[in-house]
Amino acid sequence: MELICPAGTPAAFREAVEAGADAVYCGFRDETNARNFPGLNFSRPELKQAIAYAKARGVQTFVALNTFMRAGDEDIWYRGAADAVAAGADALILADFGLMAHVAEHYPEQRLHVSVQASASNPDAINFLVEAFNARRVVLPRTLTIADIARIARQIRCEVEVFVFGGLCVMAEGRCSLSSYATAKSPNMNGVCSPASHVRYVAEGHDLVSKLGDYTINRFPEGEAAGYPTLCKGRFDLASTHAYAFEDPVSLDVMNEIDALTQAGVTALKIEGRQRGKAYVAEAVSTLRKALSATPQERTRLLTRLEALSEGGKTTTGAYEKRWR
Amino acid sequence: MRMATLTLGPVYFLWDGPKWRDFYKKIAHEAPIARVVIGETICSKRNHFTAPYMEEVIVHLERAGKEVILSSPALVTLERESRLMRELIGEATRKVEANDLSALHLLAGKPHVIGPLVNVYNAATAKLLAARGAETICLPPELPFSSVEKIAAITGGADYEIFAFGRVPLAISARCAHARAKGAVKDNCRFVCGDEPDGLAVKTLDRQPFLTLNGVQTLSHSCQSLIGETADLTDAGIARFRLSPQDCDMSAVATLYRAVLDGAMEAGAAAERLEALYPAAPLSNGFHYAREGAAWIAKARTGQHQANS
Repeated sequence: MELICPAGTPAAFREAVEAGADAVYCGFRDETNARNFPGLNFSRPELKQAIAYAKARGVQTFVALNTFMRAGDEDIWYRGAADAVAAGADALILADFGLMAHVAEHYPEQRLHVSVQASASNPDAINFLVEAFNARRVVLPRTLTIADIARIARQIRCEVEVFVFGGLCVMAEGRCSLSSYATAKSPNMNGVCSPASHVRYVAEGHDLVSKLGDYTINRFPEGEAAGYPTLCKGRFDLASTHAYAFEDPVSLDVMNEIDALTQAGVTALKIEGRQRGKAYVAEAVSTLRKALSATPQERTRLLTRLEALSEGGKTTTGAYEKRWR
Repeated sequence: MRMATLTLGPVYFLWDGPKWRDFYKKIAHEAPIARVVIGETICSKRNHFTAPYMEEVIVHLERAGKEVILSSPALVTLERESRLMRELIGEATRKVEANDLSALHLLAGKPHVIGPLVNVYNAATAKLLAARGAETICLPPELPFSSVEKIAAITGGADYEIFAFGRVPLAISARCAHARAKGAVKDNCRFVCGDEPDGLAVKTLDRQPFLTLNGVQTLSHSCQSLIGETADLTDAGIARFRLSPQDCDMSAVATLYRAVLDGAMEAGAAAERLEALYPAAPLSNGFHYAREGAAWIAKARTGQHQANS
């Protein structure tokens, strides 16, 4: 089982390699990847150095070019693909069919991975991408149960990678325009969701109100820790009751299901968090690396340590369990 | 240039069978609509509500001269849903609209239509889909006009459609927020989404209307309308304008759009009439102008755009 680890900076990249990653994924410092946040990501020389550093230690590098090409500006994405291939990337993680077609045609030897942003959630969808673009691996959307994953893995002709730890999209990935509805910036087009540029915290009496664009996303009474206003994890008014309409501010943790995922035919486990600091990456990667080879009891003890790292200190197994629906 | 036509998108909401049938009968007799996309798109659990009326409705629409396209599911995760998709496409005697990648696989080489829920953000993708048999591509509602005109400039493949009326489909999930809002879960939902034929309002804690739940789908609170932008869109090569059914007089909505397309009514006046026809939601067109989707950009007579979000 491979452990696929995030890196938003060269420093986090080195931490991930040292902590036991089998592969590190990262992106360029522009709108070609879905973590296009200020102060994050890699310049061309940084990527080249990072790949060399990883290769020398037997670790692979995957480069995410997983936003959708803006009409008229396709060259930005095509140049990203060319530079990632030239730098020696072991795989490109892609979401846009147009970009997949370009890579399959111009770099037929390059490993192509289907990004979670492509939203390939069933065997026919995945086999379409395998046949059309020779995709070698699919990162499955976080909409499936472990039983679904096992069934799908039997019917497809490529490897399966799944998210096991970190941020959790509630909506089918790559199919969500909630962010651009409120802020004009979306994951698909701009590589951002609920961008910091549109976030405000406003004191109202004893409450702290978090806003995204013109909309209140949450209200925290004195004493409650204020979270980041990610749109789908906000508190809303639904038929006059106040509740987290879509999902609580939680993050994903299915590491306790490693054995079931292995049996389901999963090749690689992915940790979310390119926006997190190097200390987080070091701690998450080293602990999950140990958990992979630990006994079940030992694993539970190791994973408890990670709870402090999670959003709001709370985790969920998300769609991997049927009851979540 | 060929005269632009109107397409009626699938009813995204859960309407009971007789309401659904009567809606389409009225469309057949009254609405200046060329093409009707029909069939459950959002939740595979709902199929039995409309299935008994499907054949009757299709016959009615076709006798009235409408072209009927069969919609297909937007999110396919279960084995049962994969099977339904294969049956739908395998047995279809009419063109099918794809809303998920699985349909693209199964429709390869057959003439078909691409719905607004498939990610087509550039000409490279549009060309690829056209080469596989797509004859019409309804572009994603999130696309700004600057992208629409570049994609629509590609000729010789598919024709292009734009999402011109209706609450905007913004997201879909494996989880049913609508059922959860009513204390149920997806697998035991008792079809509570049917209680709101125009969706369940999600307001902010300040009671500002924001989003709309429709089962596993999340739509905008506002109603996207590009009735003021039809001239620019037809000039750019858009051949079809999609009207997405809301719980209002859709025949009258279609008549308004037709009048504007024919130059028989001024767009500003038509927008005012539209607000009266569908008072449940404010109009928006922000996506078209690369603004937040909820914004409404009023087009002044001088041609200047004035922000009024």
